[in-house]
Amino acid sequence: MTIAIPERTLRTDRWWLPQLATAAGLLAFIAYSTWRAFEGAHYYAAPYVSPFYSPCLAANCATMRGGADWALVGDWWRLSPALLVLVFPLGFRLTCYYYRKAYYRAFWSSPPACAVAEPHATYSGETRFPLILQNLHRYFFYLAIPVAGILSYDAVLGFRNADGAWGHAGLGTLVLVVNVGLIWAYTLSCHSCRHIVGGRLKHFSKHPVRYRAWQLVGRLNARHMQLAWLSLASVGLADLYVYLVSSGVFADPKFF
Amino acid sequence: MDSYDVVVVGAGGAGLRAAIEAREQGMRVAVICKSLFGKAHTVMAEGGIAAAMGNVNSGDSWQVHFRDTMRGGKFLNHWRMAELHATEAPERVWELETWGALFDRTADGRISQRNFGGHEYPRLAHVGDRTGLELIRTLQQKIVSLQQQDFREFGDHEARLKVFQEYTVTRVLKEADRVAGVFGYLRESGQFFTIAAPAVVLATGGIGKSFKVTSNSWEYTGDGHALALLAGAALLNMEFVQFHPTGMVWPPSVKGILVTESVRGDGGVLRNSEGRRFMFDYVPEVFKGQYAQSEEEADRWYADPEHNRRPPELLPRDEVARAINSEVKAGRGTAHGGVELDVSSRLPAEEIIRRLPSMYHQFKELADVDITREPMEVGPTCHYVMGGVEVDPETAASPAVAGLYAAGEVAGGMHGSNRLGGNSLSDLLVFGRRAGLHAARYTAALATRPVVDQAQLDAAAAEALAPFGEDSEDGENPYTLHQELQQTMNDLVGIIRRAGEMKQALDRLAVLRRRAARVVVEGHRQFNPGWHLALDLRNMLLASECVARAGLLRRESRGGHTREDWPGMDRDWRRVNLVCTLGEQDVQVRRQANPPVRSDLLALFERDELAKYFTPEELADEQGR
Amino acid sequence: MSKDVEFRIWRGEGGQGDFASYRVEVNEGEVVLDLVHRLQATQAPDLAVRWNCKAGKCGSCSAEINGRPRLLCMTRMSALPAGEPVVLTPLRAFPSVRDLVTDVSFNYVKAREVPSFVPPAELKPGEYRMRQEDVNRSQEFRKCIECFLCQDTCHAVRDHEENKAAFAGPRFLMRVAELDMHPLDAAAQAGLDRKADAQDVHGLGYCNITKCCTEVCPEHIRITDNALIPLKERVADRKYDPLVWLGSKIGLRPKS
Repeated sequence: MTIAIPERTLRTDRWWLPQLATAAGLLAFIAYSTWRAFEGAHYYAAPYVSPFYSPCLAANCATMRGGADWALVGDWWRLSPALLVLVFPLGFRLTCYYYRKAYYRAFWSSPPACAVAEPHATYSGETRFPLILQNLHRYFFYLAIPVAGILSYDAVLGFRNADGAWGHAGLGTLVLVVNVGLIWAYTLSCHSCRHIVGGRLKHFSKHPVRYRAWQLVGRLNARHMQLAWLSLASVGLADLYVYLVSSGVFADPKFF
Repeated sequence: MDSYDVVVVGAGGAGLRAAIEAREQGMRVAVICKSLFGKAHTVMAEGGIAAAMGNVNSGDSWQVHFRDTMRGGKFLNHWRMAELHATEAPERVWELETWGALFDRTADGRISQRNFGGHEYPRLAHVGDRTGLELIRTLQQKIVSLQQQDFREFGDHEARLKVFQEYTVTRVLKEADRVAGVFGYLRESGQFFTIAAPAVVLATGGIGKSFKVTSNSWEYTGDGHALALLAGAALLNMEFVQFHPTGMVWPPSVKGILVTESVRGDGGVLRNSEGRRFMFDYVPEVFKGQYAQSEEEADRWYADPEHNRRPPELLPRDEVARAINSEVKAGRGTAHGGVELDVSSRLPAEEIIRRLPSMYHQFKELADVDITREPMEVGPTCHYVMGGVEVDPETAASPAVAGLYAAGEVAGGMHGSNRLGGNSLSDLLVFGRRAGLHAARYTAALATRPVVDQAQLDAAAAEALAPFGEDSEDGENPYTLHQELQQTMNDLVGIIRRAGEMKQALDRLAVLRRRAARVVVEGHRQFNPGWHLALDLRNMLLASECVARAGLLRRESRGGHTREDWPGMDRDWRRVNLVCTLGEQDVQVRRQANPPVRSDLLALFERDELAKYFTPEELADEQGR
Repeated sequence: MSKDVEFRIWRGEGGQGDFASYRVEVNEGEVVLDLVHRLQATQAPDLAVRWNCKAGKCGSCSAEINGRPRLLCMTRMSALPAGEPVVLTPLRAFPSVRDLVTDVSFNYVKAREVPSFVPPAELKPGEYRMRQEDVNRSQEFRKCIECFLCQDTCHAVRDHEENKAAFAGPRFLMRVAELDMHPLDAAAQAGLDRKADAQDVHGLGYCNITKCCTEVCPEHIRITDNALIPLKERVADRKYDPLVWLGSKIGLRPKS
């Protein structure tokens, strides 16, 4: 018999703080992104497009000169076009090994913190439906690559002015470039990516190129948590920037 | 009462290797260990397993390994053990790979080998600096695989091989002059157990817990040494105790804990408080010619060992320990009474972390010292006992007690007066296997099984329960006695010995033995560390007395025995083994001839070198043969 | 430089017991195990505790210090909050034996359930050739000192005794990963599928990658990132990849 102690933990440090901070961060992003995703407006301020709305797959999109504006879905879609594309990054992040840890701990208290008793009577982990679906992470990873590609394209388009002439850049360009850089870093640092590029091999020595790639991804992967948060913040800030410029709060400062 | 074919006492490298061998010979085997399975002191071995595989330098061979071993032991080694050890070590290492061990690799995929003190070529198979852990885990996992095999065959994991963890043996039982089994207690419940068995392999390790500054864990209380003595076997050359030159000296809580010799093999240097690399001043006559004379030459050796002589930091352990001791005594030590071992100025930080990960970790976490930035403070610590149960080199059997075997540190003879680093892990594999093999053969050949005698059981039980006697005015605390014993051995029978001090030690030991008879412990029998210590005291006192008596008798300095009053090595003493036995009540030490070395083995050495160790008569006899 | 510190130590047997309070002198540079030893030598000679090497190499002295699973020998007193009592309890995931000693046989049972290394039939001793880059991964896992702190802290069994039968725990899932990544392990040839077994026999699905095992590991093995997640990905290859599944159904890929 294990020892009987009434306290759920004897930890005396502020073990609840990281969980609280995680929950606050995630909730803030969910609140902001839900508002923006449903708003369906102020997502384009030429030449910048909000990452929430790219690619734009419905017919009700704002006109984006040269942008990823493909009305694949058709004109029956009346809701915000963001909802069509956000499912992909959402699915990628929802099944991500880091975010799983973050929300299992912060929202589901499973566990609330290490060596702190969890409040559930039973626990089956990821053995059953629906959580067994977390194993689909790699497919979201595959889908995340074209999404990151399109965001890169958007960032390149940012090197134009509002009239579409090339060779210009403003603060918005910088915002989009930094954001897409972080999105790539987060995407490529993913554990599934690490597995696919080389982790699944038994003999690295027989695949020197993949071994190199695995090492590089491994180095990024060690910072997966930081990249998850930085890219989450940057994608929100990039959207906010477009929103502020688009809604006329201020004009995009031009560098050249 | 349980009955087994072979009982192995101790689950370190030697014990597990013996158990695997006996089981593979078809025996039913019990392994008994004081700790949990897989925690044995073997995990502390850092440097590697010495085996002349020649993977890094193809010039290596068993003959060179044999030569190094004999030189390290100052030719007091049992030559046949040293020969078997050198010839069989490579097979024992390769076999570990088939059980799943993962050693560090050479560029062409073979087992990498590293340099170590006293070894002419890079010879130590290793895994970073946690080789002992790899060894114990591999053997543990091999045992699990044998148990899985038994499960498939008999539906019982423990059908033919069972590990009794957290059991302590207090007596080897006998029927007349042969082994009949073992008696002891379960640490958890305090209940007694008896296992009947015709063959018992002792693999209990060393005696370091009798010393105050030691790298050894609490288990090293000389149990096997004492069990052998009590069963009527003899201990050989107990005066030779190795003080590892580089134990941590700061902070006090980790005093004695080892800093692996690979720090020096990989470029670490020793400096005194004046910043001088003092080891150049301490190369003894017998080693002149094999070690560098200047810092420049020594530094070149790491990159080009073919054309330069090795740095004196890599002299055998006894030499380095004495040198550090002298520097500190001369007032050139560090604030905490050690010397500086510096690798930080010699290798880039990432290289240090890659080659010495657990040293980096150990200093960072235990001492808050970053060894990539600053030197370590080190000093000698009691590390290993070369002396041990006298055994037959081929079979590891005690000549005195039929059915009693010993392997690993508890056995004597293999290392002579001083053990080379890396030779202990190979020793336990080679002789662990031999002990298991021959114990199995002995049991298989028996016509009748010995019977356990009830009177012996009753006596053993009474002995073990004695500390629970009435608490009286003069009841002694086991912890206090243990501390006094450690202080006595450290101060009076330590690195540098004198006749007067050893006599004083013997007087104190006699008093301690009387006081130990009055030990009283609190509490009850369930997992009671006070009681366990009280019972271990008997063993520590017996082993300590052998060390002190033999030390007093041997009037010379050799390897792990340094006499201030007899500072030179005496060729006549090389022919003498000191044998410790237990009389009716007291420990006795007598001289016994060291058997002459086989001529083809002697021919491996230069005449000039032999003349340093052998008397002219011995060499003349040799030439006449 | 010494001071008195209060120790509150759980004392009892078979789960029944309570905290006992001691005041003990603490000197500079000491670790918690030093104080336990001082208590044994002066105030509590029958205080039960496991320990061996006192250098963080054997993994015997596992216990919980202020509610956190740790090695007594690797916890410096200076790292604990000053002025507060030091609370010592046995590992709470395992049955209590006495005082700080627990029955850790669960771990030895689980160790036996992992099939051992399968040596390749065609290689004799001495013929093994492995590249350093191919053994690095398994070597990291073999640093494990079997202190069982990860097994103790994992909420899957710590809070849910009933999962012990189905879940091997981080240490032994890591052992499965170690063998699966061993460059010469011939399990597949012997008809053994370590990947599928990880999920079906050893309960990998119970792991929800909340990383407490990694947090407590005194050897700093990256259990979650380097063993458990890669193992989950290998399981996904085997069991949740529809292309692989289809391939094996129609005989394009071998089943092992």
